[in-house]
Amino acid sequence: MRTTLALLFILMSCSKREHIVIQNKGSDTIVNLSQAWAEEYRKVNPKVVIAVSGGGSGTGIAALINGTVDIANSSRKMKAEEQAEALKNNGKAVNEFIVGLDALAVFVHPSNPLSGLSLEEIGCIYGDGGKCDTWSDVRGTVVPGCKDNKIIRVSRQSNSGTYQYFREATLGEKRDFKTGSMDLNGSRESIDLVEKTPCAVGYSGMGYITKGVKSLCINTIDGKCVTPTLETATDKSYPISRELYMYTAGAPSAEVKAYMDWVQGDAAKEIIIKSGYVPVPKK
Amino acid sequence: MEMKLEQAPTLAMEWRKKKSSKPKSERFIEFLIKAGGFSSIFLIAAILFFILKESFPFLVGRFEFKEFFFSISWNPASVSKVTYGILALLVGTMSVTILSMLIAVPLGLACAFYISEFCSPQFREIYKVLIEFLAAIPSVVWGFIAIMMINPLIIHTFDVPIGLNILNASVILALMSLPLIVSVGEDALRAVPETYREAAEAMGATKWEVATRVLLPAAKNGLMAAALLGVGRALGETMAVLMATGHSIQIPHSLFDPARTLTATIAAELGESPKGGEHYQALFAIGLVLFLLSFVVNVTADYLIRGRKK
Amino acid sequence: MFNPSIHLLNKEIREKNFKNALSMVTFFLFLPALGIIFWLFIKGYPALSWDFLTLDPINGMTAGGIFPTIVGTFWLVMISVLVSCPLGVLAALYLSEYAKDGKLTRIIRLAILNLAGVPSIVHALFGLGAFVLFMKMGTSILAASFTLAVMNLPVIITSTLESLKAVPHSFREASWNVGASKLQTIRYIVLPNSLPGILTGVVFAVGRSAGETAAILFTGVAFYLPFLPQTVFDQCMTLSMHLFTISTQVVGVPVSYPYATALVLILLILSVNSVAVVLRTYFRTKRKW
Repeated sequence: MRTTLALLFILMSCSKREHIVIQNKGSDTIVNLSQAWAEEYRKVNPKVVIAVSGGGSGTGIAALINGTVDIANSSRKMKAEEQAEALKNNGKAVNEFIVGLDALAVFVHPSNPLSGLSLEEIGCIYGDGGKCDTWSDVRGTVVPGCKDNKIIRVSRQSNSGTYQYFREATLGEKRDFKTGSMDLNGSRESIDLVEKTPCAVGYSGMGYITKGVKSLCINTIDGKCVTPTLETATDKSYPISRELYMYTAGAPSAEVKAYMDWVQGDAAKEIIIKSGYVPVPKK
Repeated sequence: MEMKLEQAPTLAMEWRKKKSSKPKSERFIEFLIKAGGFSSIFLIAAILFFILKESFPFLVGRFEFKEFFFSISWNPASVSKVTYGILALLVGTMSVTILSMLIAVPLGLACAFYISEFCSPQFREIYKVLIEFLAAIPSVVWGFIAIMMINPLIIHTFDVPIGLNILNASVILALMSLPLIVSVGEDALRAVPETYREAAEAMGATKWEVATRVLLPAAKNGLMAAALLGVGRALGETMAVLMATGHSIQIPHSLFDPARTLTATIAAELGESPKGGEHYQALFAIGLVLFLLSFVVNVTADYLIRGRKK
Repeated sequence: MFNPSIHLLNKEIREKNFKNALSMVTFFLFLPALGIIFWLFIKGYPALSWDFLTLDPINGMTAGGIFPTIVGTFWLVMISVLVSCPLGVLAALYLSEYAKDGKLTRIIRLAILNLAGVPSIVHALFGLGAFVLFMKMGTSILAASFTLAVMNLPVIITSTLESLKAVPHSFREASWNVGASKLQTIRYIVLPNSLPGILTGVVFAVGRSAGETAAILFTGVAFYLPFLPQTVFDQCMTLSMHLFTISTQVVGVPVSYPYATALVLILLILSVNSVAVVLRTYFRTKRKW
């Protein structure tokens, strides 16, 4: 008995690793995409294994600063002080790669008669000090099935890149969200909730939108209402679209570099479109 | 000396007297046992130490008593004013805990009464296995049940917009703490000497009277401890509550308002806060609050149980 | 004259109502337990297949199976039990065979009680602070298992203590009388006689740690890993975490998948627990004293 246990332990701790592992961590927005890449890349180079985990942009960047990952995924730009900290901790400057674009869609329950919102109206609903607490405050909307017509704001946990980018794009640099929103853990939870709740409004990457919710167009100043699509995100006419980043610490190793080159190539682009994101337009 | 038959015990006695010559291996093992005995003290101290260690810079630097305990604004990612107020989270934790206990304690104790006083031995075994089964369902599955089953149920029954709210979390927590309340409560009832029951029944008391006039006072402390342990369980539950409460920072006004608890806040935010940052340390400070809360609850429960034994 | 008075009749009726009410309450409390598994089975059954159990998750976890999560759960549970079992048995031996009733023993008992009552998320904080950062294990199977082991320790101590105490004191006295040392008595008399009880407790602890999520959240569990863990310094996926992610985060997972995952998790724990129950009943009938 004892010898078997000892053997087991030795086996566990000493078994040789056959793969080269690239640790990739970060944004939940990109996690599906980077996972799809990781799966596909395994066919390209079976020797290299990409270990993907989510947790949010903050997690990935924190891990990069702490030196525990090779690649950090982020749906927001790394702040200057974070870059400085990474340099201080690891002695290497950070490399930035823009790997795709993502449009954040604002969505409501299908029974909601609204088809679009302006950025001001979104600010009125979500922003600190905004006065829109019931749907009647937004163009006098009456939502069937929503008894007291009260808006249920669905948001995300405060450190997700989606939360921070949505705040920046709709409220500006210096305004906070109103408290009292439901800060859910993931895109799926947000969409599930809005699917079932006529009073609710939520936001997430457009790749996640399902048929159960109604995605709204954004009213711009020139009177148009822009829906989030591949085209509008690429030509930047959709106002809530952002870059998706990958960061490496210092000059990447040969394996990481090969992977990053592949990610920016054509094979990876197909996967980007298939996953509901937008490839970076060629210059 | 030629007492070959009795030789073995005598030799053994002599050997036993030579305590000082205990083999080294034996002394080593006894040392291990003693060390193991103290391991729980060591671990509980280590838990306190590491939580204090990680939250220390926050506690001495950023921490303001008034803001931390009396502000409802928990906004670590704010662009205008970062605040660390746990009042709303405390209220959230308290409201789901209290409501779940309002459901679970009477039901659990009734169940404990039934199992200990009325049940036939075979049924008692069956119920015990069922209790163990209920206790074995992991919290993440409870959370899943909250989202997929209780959520639509609440929406349809009460005609409210959202089913992820205090009521949902309380129902889940009640179901989760029931096994603990039932089994500790049953132990307390069974610890009441059989003679008490016999004496009361001999005087013509009905079961109802035995239960309310004899057992209840006699097992009072134990039953209270059962309720308190349930409180401890509900207070510290994380995953199920994270999934069931709707996770919204506000002082809830009705059963159907979403809320957020202390535990869920740590679970949702810790992974995303860079190590050593202010937010990260503030979350450890919440951990400290939770640790102290559960400490008080457990020590009180222990005091009640020991009081009973005296 | 001997007819029961109205008062007595009322009493009898009340008595009956009392009993019926209690039995109804008890019955309805256990209904959910059975209802839940039935419901999970109905909803999860369509996804359940051999492939579901033996394939990797693919297409961004929206297809394929849950094999790596089962493997990861197995690793965590095994290592945590390997750590907590010896430590727990030693602690229980100290309490039952060595400790004298005094202040120190009371403090130890209180510590065990509190250790059992510490919220699992606080265990996670401890694991992060102590194992991941301080001992530099990183987020790894090792750190997560150690965290689970600390969580399980009070469970194992308590159940072991109970079965040690169930060994009659006369057994020990008999052994001392023939001259065996305390340690020999433990080795040859106390432990063999309480082994079944200890095993039962350990098996219950296995079931409990298989479902734990919060404690391993920041210490060693990964959202997705394309390979099976090869050393204890790798991260791993677990069933419990997988259920959490596919039911809250991943969009496009077939409806039946989370149900099936929950079902597998529950069935796993249930079968582990049944082993414990069977062990317990078997040894109880075999016990000679």
